[in-house]
Amino acid sequence: MKYFVLLAGDGELGPWDRLTPEQQQEVLEQFGAFDAACEAKPGVEMVGGEALEDGSMATTLRTRSGELIITDGPYAEATEQIGGFYLVEAPDLDTITELCRSLPAYDIELRPVVDMG
Amino acid sequence: MSIWADQVIAETYRSDWGRLLSLLVGRTRRLDLAEDSLSEAFARASARWPTDGVPANPGGWLYTTAMRLVLGGLRAEAMRGRKTPLLVVGRNWVEPVGADDLGDERLALVLLCCHPALGPEARCALALRLVIGTPTEEIARLFLVSRATMAARITRAKKKIVTAGIPLSSPIDDELRTRLVDVCRTIYLAYTAGYAPGSGPDLLRSDLAGEAVELAALLHRLIPESNEVRGLHGLLLLQHARRDARVYNGGLVTLTEQDRSRWRQDELQAGSQLVIGLPAGDGYAEELRLQGLIAAEHAKAATAAETDWPAIATLYGRLEVLTGSAVVRLNRGVAVAEAEGPRSGLAVITGLDRFLPDNHRLHAVRADLARRAGETELARASYTQALAMCANEMERGHLQHRLDSLGSG
Repeated sequence: MKYFVLLAGDGELGPWDRLTPEQQQEVLEQFGAFDAACEAKPGVEMVGGEALEDGSMATTLRTRSGELIITDGPYAEATEQIGGFYLVEAPDLDTITELCRSLPAYDIELRPVVDMG
Repeated sequence: MSIWADQVIAETYRSDWGRLLSLLVGRTRRLDLAEDSLSEAFARASARWPTDGVPANPGGWLYTTAMRLVLGGLRAEAMRGRKTPLLVVGRNWVEPVGADDLGDERLALVLLCCHPALGPEARCALALRLVIGTPTEEIARLFLVSRATMAARITRAKKKIVTAGIPLSSPIDDELRTRLVDVCRTIYLAYTAGYAPGSGPDLLRSDLAGEAVELAALLHRLIPESNEVRGLHGLLLLQHARRDARVYNGGLVTLTEQDRSRWRQDELQAGSQLVIGLPAGDGYAEELRLQGLIAAEHAKAATAAETDWPAIATLYGRLEVLTGSAVVRLNRGVAVAEAEGPRSGLAVITGLDRFLPDNHRLHAVRADLARRAGETELARASYTQALAMCANEMERGHLQHRLDSLGSG
């Protein structure tokens, strides 16, 4: 199965720019640890992943009555914003959940990717 | 002949549904298809056994029929070019080989149903439906929602399991240990479904309750060091030991009026030993222990008059502090009434209507306490209210009889 791992919010960790340099270093090491843990786990493959710009840089497209409406800002009007994502191939929900423990303590949404095959 | 066949079908459904389904699911990894096929196999049994005769091995016949239906379903899907995702299996999963030892498969199914990625209400409902085979209508009643709502909840939970990749795992590993509270709650609710008065003339379904006791016993054998599981097993043994005394002459018999010679002493002793030996704890384990100690107090009394009601009222008080449950307070009211008199009991249950708006038992308890306190008007109004809310025929008979005996005011 393929999982979309959405770093959905800063959670208890707080926003990146308010972290001390030591904390930022730790977060970077945790991202590295997640990569390594995925690589080490049999049946798991990191398909992709990126960090995203701040939600204020986002553009939202909505189609209403056939008309494309373009608005400034993120889709969800949430105070916490999406920080990045991974696309990971993993055998099951328990495996990917376990791997996510090595990520920084962000709020994370796991969404199965639709299998078009 | 046909009545006998119907009986065998009903009994096989109650005793073997979960075992057959878990085996089918383990083999085919298709939750939906396995459930539909097993339901259809039971429907075919109902159509054929009354005329063709009951097969020598009813469970085996149902399994073979259901398996054939699953394979037919898979072929039909392949013809239509439709590929339905399979249930994911955990790394440690071993496919079941035979029909001899089905215990662990059933537990794997419980574990699947109790996964934290499912909503709490969905977990219990799904476990009841899949492991015990409780009809959706009765599960809906248990959770106080409409049949359509419950059916949708169960369907969504099954879809989520497959789509999100919640794995079918072998039961003994770290994941089970961390999920024990949910598993225990699920089994307890499964038990309650058989123990609580149901709809229609089938007052108590002790066979169904027995399935849950069996699951608890199995869990206890596998994880003897868990206090939750031990408390659950003890509590269920104690409650289930009274099954033969609960119904008499087609009527519901309250605990104090039960013929105690019909209580199963060996089970009461085994259950008491399990709960009395437990250390005080917290959370759900403590809840189970306190409930078990209450049941053990009842078991200890040779006659209803010898019941130590002050001790029971104290235990309910601790349980109420722990859970904040309105149902527990209702039970404490009953215990306090026995210990200190009906007026003290009425005081305890004052103001509960807000928390238990659709609960006929609150009105039935209030009616009984008011009757004993000589408050005939309150008793009459409460019996009438209880009757308006109660769906169970036998309980309604009991309530109507009480109301009639008050005389016309």
